[in-house]
Amino acid sequence: MPDKSIKTPFYDGHVEDHAKIVPFAGFMMPLNYADGIIREHEWVRTRAGLFDVSHMGQCFLEGADAAKNLSRLTPTSFKKTDNGRSRYTVLTNHEGGVVDDLIITRINENLFYLVINASCREKDIAWINDNLEGDAVLTPLKAGTPLLAIQGPCAEQALKEALLPNTNLEGLLYMHGMPARIMGIDVFITRTGYTGEDGFEISIPNNDDKSMSIWRTLVQHEDIRPIGLGARDSLRLEMGFPLYGHDMDTTTSPIEADIKWVVNRKNEGFIGHNRIKKELTEGVERKRIGVKITEKGVAREGAKLLSPDGHTIGILTSGGFSPSTKQSIGQGYVESAFAEAGKIILVEVRNRRLRAVTHELNFINPRPIKPSA
Amino acid sequence: MADTPAHLKYTPDHEWLEIDDSIATIGVSDYAQEVLGDLVFVELPEIGNKISLGDDFAVVESVKAASEVYTPVSGEVIEINADLSDNPQLINEKPYSDGWIARIKLSDLSELKEMMTAEEYEEYLNTLEA
Repeated sequence: MPDKSIKTPFYDGHVEDHAKIVPFAGFMMPLNYADGIIREHEWVRTRAGLFDVSHMGQCFLEGADAAKNLSRLTPTSFKKTDNGRSRYTVLTNHEGGVVDDLIITRINENLFYLVINASCREKDIAWINDNLEGDAVLTPLKAGTPLLAIQGPCAEQALKEALLPNTNLEGLLYMHGMPARIMGIDVFITRTGYTGEDGFEISIPNNDDKSMSIWRTLVQHEDIRPIGLGARDSLRLEMGFPLYGHDMDTTTSPIEADIKWVVNRKNEGFIGHNRIKKELTEGVERKRIGVKITEKGVAREGAKLLSPDGHTIGILTSGGFSPSTKQSIGQGYVESAFAEAGKIILVEVRNRRLRAVTHELNFINPRPIKPSA
Repeated sequence: MADTPAHLKYTPDHEWLEIDDSIATIGVSDYAQEVLGDLVFVELPEIGNKISLGDDFAVVESVKAASEVYTPVSGEVIEINADLSDNPQLINEKPYSDGWIARIKLSDLSELKEMMTAEEYEEYLNTLEA
């Protein structure tokens, strides 16, 4: 494949496991391995999947004013966030739209670790730097710095057995992070993910041949199999998680995207607060919802959503087949009158109109996970 | 390496045809199903449809994407593989037998001259993989 895309540190592992490699956001990434997307998806829901997510951007923000800056760059207040705590939130622009979604972990009083989307890396770095005030310095890690995710009900047990027999993984609560050592190198582990399963993400800041050894050791565990981007997408879609650039962008607000829980009501003056605070009290005209297709067919991003009498009421922003529930699902934006779950709608696919029903964003319940204290 | 049965004809769009007098059974090749990945839905043509060379006459949907299947021949749809509507993965599992898509009564037998033999199709696949 003649391509200038970057190979991640785990590329050789993908080839060894017969991955179908595709270019994605400037990286050569595995779409799926020999098992195929459906079996990979089911494996994550029942055992543990290993994902190469080294394409995602990783940065540190450090300084006495780091918490203050993050509380202005996002609707979330980080001023009282405990050390070791991770939060999912969004960077907002002055119009209240979403620049990117990200996970921020407070490592200590003055140091935060940010994981941003691969496709937004350069944009986010520029946006954050343009808006920093006072004592806060953003240090992006090199593109392609090793980052792994292990997701699934067996994730804790398998990770412990394979690499961390003496680490208190049980003590790491959901949405928390801690430093650890694997094969003699320093890593940072968070109990986070984007699949709806319990699991971990492991950042390996100093890339060397140890990264590949870590990958190989993990895939040798009987409960762990490598999982590609295809299943990563179907897993997050079943959970109703938004994919940036599709289900959320610079024109949608976090209230329209139905993630209003990222907004701390006491967080004053964050970028874009005018629109977001107004929408919190007055409501929105369109809202992100789940869509379940009730007849045979699959609807994709961009499909028009119609009322039963044929008026356009919105658009599908993600769509596909749900391997866990064996049905065709999606998410999209509709006029608020249709935003309640259970409304009958139509989805235009090619020259047909498929019957569908509005649904909660998630199609399966999140797995019970350790409380985040 | 993709499987290519010797008795079939192939097209550059990765369809196969089995010709029996003036009836063609059409499906997609092993290479095509491999590229498409796990199929989850097949939109079949209707029996009685008149189709012309190059028309999109079926849609195969994988977990990731929808792909149109273009007919390599002109004629009338006389039979469809209804099993695919409940079990689209037949195309993944048995692309050359249980995964057939439709049977067409050919209206222009000269179109068959354009088809590749199994040997020619294998050479064609090699050029794609190079």
